Order: sequence, then structure tokens, then C-alpha cells
Amino acid sequence: MTRKITPIDRILLLITCLLAAYLVVKGVEGLPILATWAYATAFGVLLIAGLLIIINGFDVLDSHLVVIVAAIIPLGLSLGMVIENLPPDWYLAYLVFVVIGFLAILLTRFLIPDRAATIVLATVHGAAGLLIFGLPIALVLQGIKAPMYLFMSAGGALIGIGGMLLAFLKSGRPILSAERIFMLLPWILLLMSASFVLGLGA
Amino acid sequence: MTLKTTIQSILKTLSVKTRLYWQMTKSLQTGLLLSTGLAGYMSARCPIQAWQTLLALAGSLFLAISGSTVINMVYDRYIDARMPRTQKRPLPSGQVGVVEALVLGGVLSVTGIGWAALLSPLFGLIVFAGLFFDVVVYTIWLKRRTPWSIIWGGIAGGMPALAGRALGLGAIDWVGLIFAMAVLLWIPTHIMTFSLRYREDYARAGVPTFPSTYGERTTSIIIALSSIATAIAMAFAAYGIGITWGYMRLLIILSCGLLALAIRSMVRPSFKMNFSLFKFASLYMLSSMALVVLGVL
Repeated sequence: MTRKITPIDRILLLITCLLAAYLVVKGVEGLPILATWAYATAFGVLLIAGLLIIINGFDVLDSHLVVIVAAIIPLGLSLGMVIENLPPDWYLAYLVFVVIGFLAILLTRFLIPDRAATIVLATVHGAAGLLIFGLPIALVLQGIKAPMYLFMSAGGALIGIGGMLLAFLKSGRPILSAERIFMLLPWILLLMSASFVLGLGA
Repeated sequence: MTLKTTIQSILKTLSVKTRLYWQMTKSLQTGLLLSTGLAGYMSARCPIQAWQTLLALAGSLFLAISGSTVINMVYDRYIDARMPRTQKRPLPSGQVGVVEALVLGGVLSVTGIGWAALLSPLFGLIVFAGLFFDVVVYTIWLKRRTPWSIIWGGIAGGMPALAGRALGLGAIDWVGLIFAMAVLLWIPTHIMTFSLRYREDYARAGVPTFPSTYGERTTSIIIALSSIATAIAMAFAAYGIGITWGYMRLLIILSCGLLALAIRSMVRPSFKMNFSLFKFASLYMLSSMALVVLGVL
């Protein structure tokens, strides 16, 4: 399914890792502690995933664990955004959704047949993805956040594109050829990280 | 022969010798150990201001580590000659003579330790201890007798970090010991992964290893446990050094990555998984050193 990783892929992924490391160290400072850790966990998973792809190539993505670990990125980002921007009642409810959603993904991957697991994954991912994409737009339109915060939506959209390309590829009905998907993936991850650096900087 | 061709011939010989000598210093391994020494020194919060000391520390450590590596290669030349992975090295392939290599190793070691002792007697003593454990205890005494020799290789590997911190502080403290312990615990990951990958080579060369003595499964588990212990020791060292919270957060995340890989490697041991863990652990060690430096600036 996968293609051989090239030096350019490795360079792009290395820059992605450095941006993710920057976000963990500096990008999330000054936020409520829970938001800091939610963002840091998401960027940390991105960092570790990037390093593992650099080390082992795209074969890493064949593992069944990837789906579970990859879910942490949108869940962590959306939770961070909610805690950062919405009242405590909202974020407590969303925190419950994130915990239950993650556990549901984890359990269905191991216990229930493929179809049900895919529905759970799509629901949880979809909700988190919509939040990452929609919340910044709403906040900017209301004048609560600077327009630069829209880069968070761009990052969210890129996560969605990357996730869909990989999900359809894994399901055996690829939107693009595997070769093209793995050629695009490092660029998508890099642009996503850069978007979050710009968005959180706002 | 004209003067021009003589100079060209000398330059060519010099260039070839430099390349061969450089190969004998195992530049990557030496670089990684050097980085632990620099990080140890900077962890004592005396980095940029004392750049002359920093340069002297780097120079003396580089010479001492390279020197011990070259002397080890002299002693291990028969082992190297029996293993396909190492038989093209300058000594077993005959590109460098034994006496020449011994002189090179001796000069590098003595210069390195002398320079280190001039900087600070305590620093010099620790650098000497590292060289002694590496060459005498690990390579000459134990390597051919027991797989547990790697513990001494690990202790030798931890010395640059301890020496660097001792130079910065003027004394040995618990943080320096834990810091050195983190490197010590990382080294079995490195050596055992190689002994798993080149198990038959080591057997042919008559070197006892963990896979040949205790089996692959046990070795895989020890590699994973060693990685976990490395992450724990590094976290304690970073806490003791007092690195800023942002860098601590990154270190925790990298440690979690290492722990996850180690646990997966224990649950489903395979060579591929082990090699992946080994590479990540090396990257982890290098990143941790960078974080310690950045975290105290």
C-alpha cells in the first residue's frame, strides 16, 4: 500500500516535527492548564508520528494502532479550543464527549466488526473536525478573535483532508492513488502545522 | 618529481589518512557522547558566558572519546575482521597499521585527558575514569567473557555527561549522577539491538551477547525495560536541573513516545520493532540533551 519515503519527504516531516515541538514548548503558553495539555497532547502525537514516519517510512501507517492514535490529534485540538474559548459548562460537557469518544474508538477497534468501528470513528472524528473548522470562524466573525485565528480552521480542514485520504485508502476505496496520497501527506502535515503556528500565534 | 607533484602527493596522503582516522573515531557515536558532555556542562547554568571553557570542554572530550574508540578498535581488530559489518574498517582491512592506530589512539587519549585535567582536576579524573572503564574494564577485560560487560560500557558512556556537569558545578551532585544514569541506561538499548541484528556475526567472533546467552525474547524485554528506565531517569534529571516548563512538557511527550514504543516492543517483540525503538531511543537521547540545554538558557 505504501511507497518508499524520499529525502524530501523526510525534510518536510522534520520541519513539521520542529513546528510541532515549537507549539508544545511555546505555542500553548499562557492558556488554562487543561487547554495547554489538550493542545500539547495533540501536537505531541503529531510530533511522535512525524518522527516515526521519518525513522520507519510510511509503513508505520499500516498499523491498526494508527487509527486510534491519530484520533488524539483532532480530539486534543478541539478540546483545547473549547476550553480556551467557551464557558466552563461547555468544556466540561465536551471533555466528557472526548473521553467517551476516544474510549469508544479504542474499544470498537478491538471488539466490534469493522463497519461499526468505522461509524464510531467517523462520528467522533467528524464532530471534532467540525469544531476545529467552525469554531474559529464563529469567533472571528463575532470579533472575539483576530482574523489570523482563521488559520486554525485551515489547519482543521487540512487534518480532515489528510484523514479522509488515509481512511478511504485503508478502506480499499482510495480517492487518489496510494502513490499520490503518500506524496501529498508530508505537505499536508507541514501546512497543517504551519497553520496552527499562525493560528495560535493570533 | 617536481615540487608540485610532491605537494600533491602529500596532500593526497593526508586526505586519505584523515578520512581513515575519522572513520576510526566513530564520529556519530562520539558526537552523541560529546553532546551529553556539553549538555551536562550547560545544565549547570554556565553556558554561553564561559565560551572558552565550553570550547575546551568540547575539544578535550572529543579527543578523549575518540582516543578510547581508536584504542578499542585496535584491541577488537580480530573481532572486527570476523564480522561482515565491521571487516571493512581501516584496521581489519589493513588500511591502517596496528602501531599507527595505537599511536593515534594514545596521542588522542593523552592529549584529551591532559587538557581535561588542566581545565579542572575533577573533570580530568572523570574523563579518565570514562576512558578506563571503556578500554580496560569493558573492552579488554569483560567483553569476551560476559554479556554483562555492557553495563561497564554504559558506565563509561555516562561519564561525559557527569564530567560536563561536574566541570560546570565544581562538584558531583545527584542530578549529575542521574543524568549519567540516563545515558548508562540508554546504552544497552544501542548495544543489544546491534547484538540482535548481528547475532550470528557476534557468535562467529566469539563475543557473548544477551541474545546468544538469554535468547531473543528476553533481550527484547530488557531493551524495552532499559528504554523505560532511560525515560524515567531523564525526567528526574530534567526536574533536578530545573528546565523551564515548556521544555519539560516536550520532554514528557517524547518520553511518552519512548514508553509507548517500549511497551509495544515488549508486548509484540520483533526485530523491526526493536530497531525502530533503538532509532527512536537514539533520537530521544539527542533531543533530551538539546532540551536540557535550551531549557536552562
